Amino acid sequence: MRVALFITCFNDTLFPETGIATVRLLERLGVEVDFPREQTCCGQMHFNTGYQREAIPLVRRFVKIFSPYEAVVAPSGSCVGMVRELYPMAAELAGDNKLAEEVEALAPRVFELSEFLVKKLGVTDVGAYYPHRVTYHPTCHSLRMIKVGDAPLALLRAVRGLDLVELSQAEECCGFGGTFAVKNADTSAAMLADKVRHILDTRAEACAAGDNSCLMHIGGALRRQRTGVATVHLAEILASTEEEIRR
Amino acid sequence: MKQDAFSPGGGAPFEVLAKESLANSQLRRNLGKATTTIRQKRAAAVGEMPDWEELREAGRALKERVMRHLDEYLLQLEESVTRAGGKVHWARDAREANRIVASIARGHAAREVVKVKSIATDETKLNEYLEREGIRAIETDLAELIIQLSGEESSHILVPAIHKNRSEIRELFLRELDAGDLSDEPTDLTNTARLYLRKKFLEAEVGISGANFAVAETGTVSVVESEGNGRMCTTLPRVLVTVMGIEKVIPAWQDFEVFMQLLPRSSTAERMNPYTSFWTGVSEGDGPQEFHLVLLDNGRTDVLADERGRQALNCIRCSACLNVCPVYERVGGHAYNSVYPGPIGAILTPQLVGIGKKGPDSLPYASSLCGACYEVCPVKINIPEVLIELRGKVVRHKQDAGEGWRSRLDPENAAMQLMARNFSDVRLYEASQKLAKAGQWPLARGGVIQRLPGRLSGWSAVRDLKPVPRQTFREWWKKERGS
Ligand code: SF4
Repeated sequence: MRVALFITCFNDTLFPETGIATVRLLERLGVEVDFPREQTCCGQMHFNTGYQREAIPLVRRFVKIFSPYEAVVAPSGSCVGMVRELYPMAAELAGDNKLAEEVEALAPRVFELSEFLVKKLGVTDVGAYYPHRVTYHPTCHSLRMIKVGDAPLALLRAVRGLDLVELSQAEECCGFGGTFAVKNADTSAAMLADKVRHILDTRAEACAAGDNSCLMHIGGALRRQRTGVATVHLAEILASTEEEIRR
Repeated sequence: MKQDAFSPGGGAPFEVLAKESLANSQLRRNLGKATTTIRQKRAAAVGEMPDWEELREAGRALKERVMRHLDEYLLQLEESVTRAGGKVHWARDAREANRIVASIARGHAAREVVKVKSIATDETKLNEYLEREGIRAIETDLAELIIQLSGEESSHILVPAIHKNRSEIRELFLRELDAGDLSDEPTDLTNTARLYLRKKFLEAEVGISGANFAVAETGTVSVVESEGNGRMCTTLPRVLVTVMGIEKVIPAWQDFEVFMQLLPRSSTAERMNPYTSFWTGVSEGDGPQEFHLVLLDNGRTDVLADERGRQALNCIRCSACLNVCPVYERVGGHAYNSVYPGPIGAILTPQLVGIGKKGPDSLPYASSLCGACYEVCPVKINIPEVLIELRGKVVRHKQDAGEGWRSRLDPENAAMQLMARNFSDVRLYEASQKLAKAGQWPLARGGVIQRLPGRLSGWSAVRDLKPVPRQTFREWWKKERGS
């Protein structure tokens, strides 16, 4: 199977290690990965902050670049949510029926990494090894927008050496919310404080999630408070193998 | 007079008021406790229903039909109410509604009227209006009474005094109701209120209520409540005035089947609420002998014009979305500065008062778009989608209204324009990645960024930031794969 990797501008620039892990993981599972270099940003930040006229050209770009592929995989529930759930609204705002049709055709072929593995490829054991105590935060857009369900947990449970501890109030938002964290910085910080408390209560070494944006927000507080607890993207856990760790 | 979203100026923005609320540790504790409890109970009550999703879908479909044919249903309602001996009044805005109610009260020489919780009259600020007319309105819903006595504003649709605990209420009653000896036991507190209110019910000539539903087919109006004070208020006084938003009409009696399954479980997590009152016009010798129904528009027909935004009118005021909202849980209702707080307030208020006012314009941004509200809403209002829609309207309004906003002077607008341009061309995008790497070094110390300038400082107040890595993903790919 051949897929296009939609890395997302955020991962491309700030978390290249997640992209590298995604490529290694998919290739290990026999998936052929292509990286269309023309790609930039899906337009989520603009669209969700209200700069929708500005987002529409980005929607068009995305659709043009990725439409030729059978499947598109992204290591971000949030950006996939933008494409699947909000591109139709963007096309409607643009008043462009052709774009709406193209979106309708493309959207179901765009997958978040964990759902691609579990629902499309049908694997839960990806042969990973990660000898650490880890807790998992289900990000809101993965959970409620694109509904990945238990896929990430099923994948984590199959990782050898990994001690998965349950996070209490896991489904509550961490307080990131894109520009929300800046516009409503105080409220965001209050939400983050509770998320951090629950993470510390698990005594995990690392908190995992499928979105680096939320992880940057959570990790920023974990670091500021010198908790010694790390954040790690799901892809990086799944990509790591015994051989690699030995090396 | 207090400046809120429904005042001409529109009041202060959310982020400013939220700061105050967040610092109130008593409020944070009360809210945290209350919302956690009600969330769990609601989940259990809803979990009992095997056909919950079908019910939600039915509720949504019914409400959508009402909004599509609102004009017809309202005329039908007027006809049915009139046939049953009631009188229907149409109020275009708050002022008209208040004037109608005041003139009815004056017509009966009332100095005091009893009221049962009606958010529509909070919206029109009826109590303040009546007071200026020399008429005192007594709130009879227990929590509303507490709010009224303390001179505060409601902070929750259903539990207006959710921000107060019982010792605070005890002190208030001692001060305001001459309660004599009083403990902070709930039974003691409610008994004190009961004695006070009974007297008021028996004395009042005019009662004022809101409505949860009004049936177009039969003219039946309904109030759904827990305490029974609504029942007293709608049956004891000789004259009853109901003020209702026009969106509360439902087509047929049978539709209660759907709504009465959805509402109690979503709001108080009960299978059925204790008191549901229905009345159809007037019945001779039984209950009020004069009935007025005031149909309030106050911005609602404007909301109808937006096909996505008008979902907000489908709301049945269960308050489930408030209770699950992580933002509401921490800041409480006052930060929304509107009679409609929480997620529903964030989408309803700005639409009712119109885009272009600082306070209400800030409300669509009072959300992390986590989607918890949409998940619980019994009539499936896609609140996140409407929030995003309204953010678009707010930004477009600012850009198009000019006010120097379109200019490069507005830092947010300027940054967004710049980024949109960079994202629209891969060469510009790659160049800006290089720039980001180079430009951040003055900020980074020892491998982390601890302080960001200007508007971004809110981020770095509580979080460290990892600097942009030396190699982007696409640089790695190019090096590895060569293409
Ligand atoms: S928006 Fe939905 S959940 Fe919120 S109060 Fe209205 S009906 Fe209830």
